[in-house]
Order: sequence, then structure tokens, then C-alpha cells
Amino acid sequence: MSDALALTWRQYRLERRMFWRNPTAAFFNFFLPLLFLGLFGAILSGNQDDLDVIVPGIAGMSVMSTTFSALAMNLTFLREQGVLKRMRGTPLPSGSYLGAIAAHAVTNAAIQVAIVVVAGKLFFGVDWPKDYLELVVYVAAGVACLAALGVAYSHVIPNFDAAPAFVNFVFLPVIFISGVFYDAEDAPAFLRDIARALPLTHIIDGLSGAMVTGRSLGDNAGGLGVIGLWAAAGVFFAIRGFSWDSRNA
Amino acid sequence: MSTVPRAIEVSDLHKSYAGHEAVRGIDFAVERGEVFGLLGPNGAGKTTTVEILEGYRERTSGTVSVLGMDPGERPRALRERVGIVLQSSGMYRFVTAREAVAHWAAMYPNPRDVDEVIALAGLQEKRDTYVRKLSGGQARRLDFALALIGDPELIFLDEPTTGFDPAARRQAWDTIRSLRDLGKTVLLTTHYLDEAQALADRVAIIKDGRILAIGTPSELGVGSATRVRVSWRDGSGEAQTREVADPTALVHELTGEALARGGAVTDLTVVRPSLEDVYLELTAADDSGPADQPPVRTEAANV
Repeated sequence: MSDALALTWRQYRLERRMFWRNPTAAFFNFFLPLLFLGLFGAILSGNQDDLDVIVPGIAGMSVMSTTFSALAMNLTFLREQGVLKRMRGTPLPSGSYLGAIAAHAVTNAAIQVAIVVVAGKLFFGVDWPKDYLELVVYVAAGVACLAALGVAYSHVIPNFDAAPAFVNFVFLPVIFISGVFYDAEDAPAFLRDIARALPLTHIIDGLSGAMVTGRSLGDNAGGLGVIGLWAAAGVFFAIRGFSWDSRNA
Repeated sequence: MSTVPRAIEVSDLHKSYAGHEAVRGIDFAVERGEVFGLLGPNGAGKTTTVEILEGYRERTSGTVSVLGMDPGERPRALRERVGIVLQSSGMYRFVTAREAVAHWAAMYPNPRDVDEVIALAGLQEKRDTYVRKLSGGQARRLDFALALIGDPELIFLDEPTTGFDPAARRQAWDTIRSLRDLGKTVLLTTHYLDEAQALADRVAIIKDGRILAIGTPSELGVGSATRVRVSWRDGSGEAQTREVADPTALVHELTGEALARGGAVTDLTVVRPSLEDVYLELTAADDSGPADQPPVRTEAANV
């Protein structure tokens, strides 16, 4: 067990090192939410109500891009390249490998949320989080749910050339209807209903409660339930459809 | 009588995919310390067979034992004692060759020395180069290094020199021979006949999911003294070929004729059959023969 943990840690460190060595990937990963934050901050400057929506919204988007999008893309790439198959032939336990990849995605999510929180305080008039426990709970729930869904979604993507289209087909509509850029309550009813059935709206609601409105964990409990259901489905399909080799997919 | 299990034992192995039978009843055994070659055209079932032995695929039926364990159960103890060079498999791009080998070393209980393996693979000059900057041949040598770092008893090499230039091939052959000298068992698949002839102690020729013949190259008639092919160009310039048991009489006849008419025997060659000849003969015979003919067993008391 301790051996498996040590191997997980080694693999995690390798993933981190490789991530920072690929400057374009690292740059865009961290630059995109900051760019959005900067642009919307400039457009909405002076309108604190809108800024109060956009800051937790971008935090939620960051959680989704670092977990769902990144895992769906990376796993498709690693599977197609045969890296997964190579790892499968080593004594590295599968759990250690997948744990390291997940931990790597979680680290990116945590870093991005931290960046957004700090930028919100420094530039956009959003105070320090009101409820750190709630913030941690929602980041953790969001990461677990969207990471599992990202792994599950990678099984559907036929090849790496198709991966950006497949990922954005989900990512872009979901961030638009889930209230990243505006208050989801202002959307037409049918879009609002769709959004309320999806996890990201509830993740953003929770982050908003923790960072801005002060709505407590208890008030958002229903949202956590929706996130939990998606997480359970995500974990089920992530495990069920997992393939180490593109030829068996 | 030894209690150490054979390196590989396969009996009545079958593998079907959605109605297609890729492997249709294969039997063979590989002794410890042996270099065993699986030879056959593309789609013959070589890779399917090897991937079942490596634990990548589940068999449909039959029994398989690798180092005394069932690869279908994917025991970690087995993966610690086996090295795999896949036909093609990608690698992380933003690690250096040495980092990769060192990272792999940590996965095994008794790894070899990292720099020693880097040197064995001929990657000393590229040790600090990112994998993405390695040439195809260098990346292949890294595959070897990663397969050998755990000091495996058994090494699977699936078409290890495909895409190599001739010099790199010779170098890879030397590496494989050095593995045998270390007492390692090697299962090699290849469609290069010269490679099988140069490296393998025994060869199985496989086609359409069945073994057509199995044995040492000499048992398969490679280099056989009883079948010799004589080729020449006759008086009218036509190329002639004849297979004989003993070329002495035929060559005497040819040279006698030529001397008598005051000419020369042009383009005279006398060759013993290569593995390629045996292979082409067997695979062609199989095409015209009945579908369920039994495999040619030229093997001695080795199974």
C-alpha cells in the first residue's frame, strides 16, 4: 500500500514536471481564465453586481476546464499515442496511475481557483471568501464530478483530432447556460431548466455562496445533490468504459 | 526434472473477436533462456497471441502460463519480471531519456543501473534530450531501455526493428543476442525472415491463427544439406533453376557441357534454402491445401 502511494506520488510529480515543461499548454491553461476575467472585468468595470457574478462564474469555468476538458483531451491523446498501453505493461498499479493523473488535474483546478479568488479581491472588488469551508467543499465536489465526467467522456471521443470539437461541443454551451458570464436566473426558463439539471450551475452557485453572497452550505444542499448524482454517473461510466488501448475502444 | 516452470506454455489457445477467429488453437512452449521467434504475415495472429501473453487481451479459451503465472489475471508479480517492447507505443514527450528510464526503474523491485541501461541502449548522447526530440530509431532504443530497466527474466519484442536502418538493425540484433547471453528468455515476433534466422533458437511459423511449422531453423530445413537450389543461365540465355539433394552431379554436368562447347556457365549459384524459402513454401502450400490440415511438426522432443 505504502509502495502504491509512493508510486502515485512519483507519477504525480512527473505529471507536474511535464505539465510545466510544455509552455503552451501551461500558459493557455492558466491564461484563459485570467484573460476572460480581465476582459469581462474591463467591460463590466464599475458594475459590482455583474462583477460579483463573473468572478465565481470564472472560478467554476476554471474547475471545468482543468478537469473535464483537460482529462477528456489528455486521456484521448495518451490512449491514441499508446502511452496508456505502455503504462499498463509496467508494474505500476492502475490505481496509482489514475490517481496521479486525477491529482494533477485537481492541483490545476486548485491553483486556478486560487488565482481567480486573488484576482477578484485585488482587481474586481470581490472580498475574500466568506466561507472557506464552503469554497473547499464546492471546489472538491466540482473537481470530483467533472473529473469523473471528463474521464467518462474520453471514451466517447473517437480520436485525438476530434477531441477539441467533442470537448468544446460540451464545454462552450455548458459554460454559457450555467451562468459563467451572467446571472443564470436572467436566462429564459427552458435554458434555466436545462442548466439546473447540469452540475456546473450548482458548482457556480456554491462558489458564489462561498465567495460573494454568503448563502450557506445548507441553503445549497439540493445543488450538492445534483452534483453528487452526476459524479456517481461519471464514476460509473469512467470505470465501465475505460480502455487502455485505442484498438479495443 | 526441474520445478522451475517454463518461460511460456500455451496450449489450445483460441481468440475470437465478434465472429472472427484470430487465433485458432495454438500450442507452443518456450524454454528458459531461449530466443523464440513467431513469424508470420500481417494479420496472422502474432500480435494477438503475444498480447494475450503480455496480459493486454483476454483469451477466448485455452491455457496460457507465463513464468508459471496466468497473464489473464494480470498479477503484478508477473509484470515485475517481464519486459515489453510493443510494436508501436507512444511515450511522454516532455521528459528526458534519462528521466524516463529512472522513472521506470522505480516501478520495479530490482532494477538495473539506470546509466548502464542507457549505455546498453546506446542513448548516452541523448540522455538529457526530451523524448519529443528523439529520432524514430532513438525512440525505439528508449523502448528497449524501458523494457530492460526492471531486469526482466522474459522479454517480449514485437517487431522490434521495423523501420530501422541496416546499421541500427545490426545493433539491435547485438542487443538481443546479449540478452540471450545473460540467460534471458526472449519472445520475438517479426516478419523479417533474416531476423528470425539470425536471432531465434526456434521459430514458429504462424498464419491464419494457426501454427504451420515449429522448430529450430535447421529442423525447418533452413540451410538443409538435403535440398539445394542450383540456378544458372543456359546456352540460350534462359535462367534455369533446379532443386536437388546433391548438387555435385548437376554442377559437373553443367560445367562439362560448357567446357565442351568452349563457353562458360553464367550466373551459377548454389544455395541452401533460407528461412524465407521455407516460409514461402509453407504459407503458399497452406493457401492451396485443405483448410484444416494439421500443422507440420518438425520439432524434436522439445514440447
